[in-house]
Amino acid sequence: MASIIGLTINGRKQEHLIPDAMLLVDFLRDKLGLTGTKKGCDGGECGACTVLVDGKQRLGCMTLAKSVAGKTVETIESVGPHGRLSRLQTAFHEKLGTQCGFCTPGMIMAAESLLRDNPDPDEDEIRTALSGNLCRCTGYVKIIESVQAAIAAGEVGK
Amino acid sequence: MSAPVTQVGVGDRVPLVDGIEKVRGVAKYTADLAAEGALVGRILRSPYSHAELLDVDISKAEALPGVIAVITGKDAPIPYGIVPIAQNEYPLAQEKVRYRGEPIAAVAAVDEATAEAALDLIELTVRELPGYYNAAASRAADAVLLHDNKPGNIERDVHSTFGDVEVGFAEADLVAEDVFHCEEVTHAHMEPHAAIAEYDPQRDHLTFHSVTQVPYYVHLMLAQCMDMNKSRIRVIKPFVGGGFGARTETLNFELVCGILARAAKGRVRMVLTREETFLTHRGRPAADITLKLGLSKTGRITAVKAEMEQYGGAYGGYGIVTILYAGALLNALYDIPAVQYDGYRVYTNTPPCGAMRGHGTVDMRHAFDTMLNRMARQLGLDPIEVRRANLLKAPTETLNGLQVTSYGLPETLDWVEQASGWKDRKGKMPKGRGLGIGCSHFVSGAAKPVQWTGQPDAVVNLKLDFDGGITILTGAADIGQGSSTVVAQIVAEVMGLDHSRLRVISNDSALTPRDMGSYSSRVTYMVGNATLDAAEKLKARLIRAAAKALETEPENIECAGETYRVANSQDQGIPFDKVVQTALIDHGAITERGTFTVPKSFQGGKHRGGAVGSTMGFSYASQVVEVSVDEETGEITVEKVWVSHDCGYPINPLAVEGQVQGAIWMGMGQAMMEETRFHEGLPLHANFLDYSFPTIMDSPDIEVHIVESMDPNGPFGAKEASEGGLAGFLPALAEAVSEAIGCDINDMPLTPDRILDALTKQRRAEKRRKAKA
Repeated sequence: MASIIGLTINGRKQEHLIPDAMLLVDFLRDKLGLTGTKKGCDGGECGACTVLVDGKQRLGCMTLAKSVAGKTVETIESVGPHGRLSRLQTAFHEKLGTQCGFCTPGMIMAAESLLRDNPDPDEDEIRTALSGNLCRCTGYVKIIESVQAAIAAGEVGK
Repeated sequence: MSAPVTQVGVGDRVPLVDGIEKVRGVAKYTADLAAEGALVGRILRSPYSHAELLDVDISKAEALPGVIAVITGKDAPIPYGIVPIAQNEYPLAQEKVRYRGEPIAAVAAVDEATAEAALDLIELTVRELPGYYNAAASRAADAVLLHDNKPGNIERDVHSTFGDVEVGFAEADLVAEDVFHCEEVTHAHMEPHAAIAEYDPQRDHLTFHSVTQVPYYVHLMLAQCMDMNKSRIRVIKPFVGGGFGARTETLNFELVCGILARAAKGRVRMVLTREETFLTHRGRPAADITLKLGLSKTGRITAVKAEMEQYGGAYGGYGIVTILYAGALLNALYDIPAVQYDGYRVYTNTPPCGAMRGHGTVDMRHAFDTMLNRMARQLGLDPIEVRRANLLKAPTETLNGLQVTSYGLPETLDWVEQASGWKDRKGKMPKGRGLGIGCSHFVSGAAKPVQWTGQPDAVVNLKLDFDGGITILTGAADIGQGSSTVVAQIVAEVMGLDHSRLRVISNDSALTPRDMGSYSSRVTYMVGNATLDAAEKLKARLIRAAAKALETEPENIECAGETYRVANSQDQGIPFDKVVQTALIDHGAITERGTFTVPKSFQGGKHRGGAVGSTMGFSYASQVVEVSVDEETGEITVEKVWVSHDCGYPINPLAVEGQVQGAIWMGMGQAMMEETRFHEGLPLHANFLDYSFPTIMDSPDIEVHIVESMDPNGPFGAKEASEGGLAGFLPALAEAVSEAIGCDINDMPLTPDRILDALTKQRRAEKRRKAKA
């Protein structure tokens, strides 16, 4: 029914009692108050709940919370520590890669995952990495420009 | 350390004032708000398309432990609707249900599982009626009426003729007539619908948070449907994850949530699923269009006759406005001497349609500009030249009484022609590739509000107090388009202040002045002008204070940023904080009010429905679309879009680009793949996989050019930028595809199926032709 699991969330080691059927996105939002991770669909359609599990992008709505036992989870709230914005956050802000902002956390986490694996992706690689993240405002033009600006700005995740 | 003063005034590329919250993930949308102890609200929806509701038995649901309240239509007996003369919808169904998904009952329970279990215990007794899913079926002679007072299942038919259409067709060298069909599309904003209603039973007060674009209208309808005095209600709009028109009227779940909270005597949180968000709909209706167009051999338009049937869904909503828009905005893009329009808004047993980006104009524009492109081809004329032969000359009044005061369409044509290499490439594209052009326009705010109050169209308050910060209080609903940023820029510009002194507080009915909200692209124009008015008044007040402090007359004061000094003197001047302190003496905190009211002369023709389409400023856009088409799969790839948009003056060029790109791209979705689908009223599309819109993989580069026509009445010359470009994409794509595959397709969207069908027909026709020869 429920089990106690240990995991690292946004740099902090924690233990939680997690019901077997609880989704990671609900755990993050409802139990931990990490509402930066959004729910935009009924499961696996939109990418708004993208988080990093052991550094790789994962959909919080397609992941059982208990399955991340022992792993490291990063959400948008952990990006840009010490009061700074990360390169991606700065670029999405300054280049208007965000309009309504609802897809933005997932978009930034997916881009973060890409840039950790591949610090200098070309446009096709950016598109492929973000292909599971829907946006309804921008037409994606300024999202691509934002990721490119972040790459040009240098170090990722800082 | 003081922050560096950055360029943040009008005309600068300013990032969104609330953008940092968005990229950090700390922006709170309705479903993100803390709601301790809130009950879970869930809605029971009709499994029938059309049925008499004989009984709704909630006794078992009420008896379930953990259920706090169950409500039905009996608890929601007052109708609502955005158009005062067409309010025929109820928060919960009364004697009839008219579409699958219509709310019938609602439950407030201690948790989601209990709420869901309670819904399962509600028993419906119905007598099913035949369902109608297109206009022809609804209008059949023997069709059962959806609404008893609407014969023929027609919500409204509109008929207008301006100029002499028959003379126009007689004068034409080429007359063509054709039939077009556009499928229904929907907004698919990324944030699902959500509301939190908190009812205080001791005070009989309701505090309401929702995803709306129009908090004021939600406030009015909550008061109406709950029979509560408006003063007992407070409506707050948190961050909103897009709207595109879906949220420009009060939605059923909002009213249900409010009524449920009162029944439960507490706080109810209602977060709709994506499926329910699709069912709530209010999208762009499917439309059948018959269009007849006359052209002289030089390309001059001589007359147009247009008929449109819209499959409006089960309730009135914005329907009257939508069907009027389609006819009214046949005008004001090109100079047309005679226009006849016949429109029919038809009820169907599908979720109600509403306003969607480019409200009412898009499908008609597709038909019109597509026909113009084809007739140009037949006459051997360049379609861009045909448009040049039909330009308006501003200022002018159209046949139907619309005022055109600034008109950048010629410049938009020039730019797209040049940027796309049109002259050298059009008609010479290699097989499988094509170029197409389309033009479109839209209002910068409806000149006449749907609900008349006699109040100004916009009011903005600026609060200035001891701290020297200016709080901008506005009811303009920022839904991501950047309205809060625009008002901040205008204040920064007029006051000569950095954004660090400014705060924008928007959309809390307890704090901010009434505003009609974000629809019809009204905000930059109307709220912008009200902001300008308020900022100029505040500036004048501070200049008077500075003059007093410096012992001179106000006309001698000049401002350099935050320093107020006597002009042409050696005076060092006084800093802003000192000016503010002086201004507050004997007065205390200052609230300066700015207003904007559209003059009557802009409110359209005197004919019935003449106010719809009227505005103080039309935006104009031209675009060229380049495509390649795979004849094996029928798949279209949009290679590139060049769009030029006349927004009067770009107060924020960065945001204008973003809005134009978003609008063009949304037009692309409608033109290439988006459509709702039903099986006997059962939605087959209610998720992002079945309702597919372009992903980043399908999305082209959209190069934006801005034309500055400097509207005489817009704030700093500005007009709208968010809607005008959308409609032109459809005809531009149709023309590009036509060049690529050599045949014309009338219906939208241009899915691979439609392309392959057209190619098959073309091959068969070719075979027949050869066989005959």
